[in-house]
Amino acid sequence: MTPSRSIGDAMRLLAGRAGLSRELRLAHLRWALLARIVDDRLLTLYNSAQVPGNVFTSRGQEVLAAAMGVHLRAPGPGAIGDIFAPLIRDQAARLAFGETPLDVIRTHLGKVTGPMRGRDGNAHRGELAKGMLPMISHLGAMPSAVAGVLLARRLRGALAYPDSCIGITSIGDGGTATGALHEALNVIAIEKLPFVLVVANNQVSYSTFNDRSFACRDLVDRAIGYGLRGWSCDGTDAVDSLVAVGGAIAAARRGEGPQMVVASLLRLAGHGSHDDARYMPAELKARFGDGVELAQAAALAEGLIDQAGLDALLEELRALVRAAADTARGEANPDPERDDWRVLSTPDLLAMPGPTAEANP
Amino acid sequence: MTTSYVEAIRAALGDALRDDPRVFIYGQDIAGSFGGAFKATKGLSELHPERVINAPICEDAITGVAIGAAIDGMRPVIEFQFADFASIAFNQLVNHAATTFWRTGRPCPLVARLPMGGTKGSGPFHCQMPEAWLSHHPGLVVVAPATVADAYWMLRDAIACDDPVIFCEHKYLYNHLRETGDPRLAERLPLGAAVVRRAGSDCTLVSYSAMLHECLSAAGVLEQEHGVSVEVIDLRCVRPLDTATILESVAKTGRVVVATEAWPFGGIPAEVVAVIASEAFHLLDAPPRRVCAVDTPIPVQPDLYAAHRPHAADIVEAVLETVRF
Ligand SMILES: Cc1ncc(C[n+]2csc(CCOP(=O)(O)OP(=O)(O)O)c2C)c(N)n1
Ligand SMILES: [Mg+2]
Repeated sequence: MTPSRSIGDAMRLLAGRAGLSRELRLAHLRWALLARIVDDRLLTLYNSAQVPGNVFTSRGQEVLAAAMGVHLRAPGPGAIGDIFAPLIRDQAARLAFGETPLDVIRTHLGKVTGPMRGRDGNAHRGELAKGMLPMISHLGAMPSAVAGVLLARRLRGALAYPDSCIGITSIGDGGTATGALHEALNVIAIEKLPFVLVVANNQVSYSTFNDRSFACRDLVDRAIGYGLRGWSCDGTDAVDSLVAVGGAIAAARRGEGPQMVVASLLRLAGHGSHDDARYMPAELKARFGDGVELAQAAALAEGLIDQAGLDALLEELRALVRAAADTARGEANPDPERDDWRVLSTPDLLAMPGPTAEANP
Repeated sequence: MTTSYVEAIRAALGDALRDDPRVFIYGQDIAGSFGGAFKATKGLSELHPERVINAPICEDAITGVAIGAAIDGMRPVIEFQFADFASIAFNQLVNHAATTFWRTGRPCPLVARLPMGGTKGSGPFHCQMPEAWLSHHPGLVVVAPATVADAYWMLRDAIACDDPVIFCEHKYLYNHLRETGDPRLAERLPLGAAVVRRAGSDCTLVSYSAMLHECLSAAGVLEQEHGVSVEVIDLRCVRPLDTATILESVAKTGRVVVATEAWPFGGIPAEVVAVIASEAFHLLDAPPRRVCAVDTPIPVQPDLYAAHRPHAADIVEAVLETVRF
């Protein structure tokens, strides 16, 4: 389905396409391909019973997620960086933002070496020091937390328009039905935060199709109701996704307030590795292409890369992921005897220092 | 000079805002000349206009915002207009705030202020006690101050604490409880410590929040009219429990009654009794008893309301049955 598009959207796309550099297109392609390869490896590990729990792949959504990732700025020495709360189908964006395939695999295998130390798994991972909030399962919970980080930065004077750090998260078509998302978007609009929500409308919420998730004409129509700026894009198209997501992120950086991008695409797998998605109608499958295949074809057709270059890139990425899997599999599992099982960071509430200068530096 | 419970809370908020630029307050109707439904923030937005922020009606998002700000280095204090509405924030509190340190190793130092407890004529949705259901989830500190000095110091300590703290403040005490002097000059007890408010030898009486005052008057009656010496313990912090202080007292008295204004099923008294039964069974001379509210929603009509919540007379009766066992 081509998303409904205004003349303004179409002009933005034309102008934006011209502004996409070869480097950006190639970086985007690289992250989309890497996400696909990481997902395939996770499924191999799942199928050989090495993953406790399920695997949720981004299949069909890599191009959209990569368009988020290439426009983000990871924190670094002296750089505050963006704040990103990825959901289950944002693998490409996570990788582009700095998550390593090794940490992805460690978390899926429950290794103590991973950022979640075996305490949480699959897509529930992130590293606060790297600007990535680890999602909780409950859909709709992350946008307000991203808003909290941005509010904290505003209070500290760290939102520097017109080149500010931004906060970004995504939600599925199903997740748009939550009350939590409604509350969060309203607060974000009131506070005029530099925030971007990417709505990945992959047509289905587990097994429930759009007609049972919402009744509005198009989810992008909700943007104006909250006081957000809305963008639409074809989430299977690299250029379209780069222009819309990149445009929204740039606008937020400039201080133009919160943005919402609604991308249309299709989940090309089951909800998770346990789901064969037999409920997915052929009619939907016929309507949407595979963004990763389309992006490769477009890159070849536009002369961004030649076949030999693409083959070499794929081989490089596969080797990277293979090595990460080999490393992770050799690493330690958490030891129940040695885990501290500590749930509070305060070691002893009977001996906690009070509100002194040391306690509140 | 006297200070009321709500004035102590306001003083603690004001001092925390003054001393620590990381502190900000977020909640409904808290800013401007209004200063909150119970006036706990009155005058604070004039002094700190950027850090006393009015929120729309969205307890889930208010809590999510606090979580994000806390992990980014701030010290948010959120105010729920009534503790009853914290149920809307249940998910963010128990699944997000409570799990953050355990999952990530990064503390989540937020304070959620919950004006709780019964006041006459307020009914089923403005009187509830949230401490039991929030205490059930590992990762939250849940406190319920009963005195003016504790209202001040426990709030200061809650804000200084690196963990998420559920601060249950009793609405009846706001303006009914006054103590002489400035609470800043009162003794600061550790946030997690229970304290013996009255020493005694025949029976231990455990409580927290406003019910402490019913226990203290019951103890007076028991002493004067029945010659029964009661040791009254104020839990102060209901999660984690200071079990050492409880067990020490039970070792002395061999008898225990636990009183709460909350419902009986799965409540704080049930937990206290379970700890005593499993760790100090050999010290007991009588079965531990609970005194709780009637196990129905909270009625609005004053006679029904009075019969719903426990009073000193109910506690006297429970203690007498325990010592006569
Ligand atoms: C509040 C909440 N309810 C139920 C679930 C269980 N659940 C997990 S994913 C999912 C479907 C989500 O669909 P959508 O938001 O469209 O995202 P997609 O999986 O399509 O990417 C459901 C129902 C959940 N995680 N959170
Ligand atoms: Mg979906």
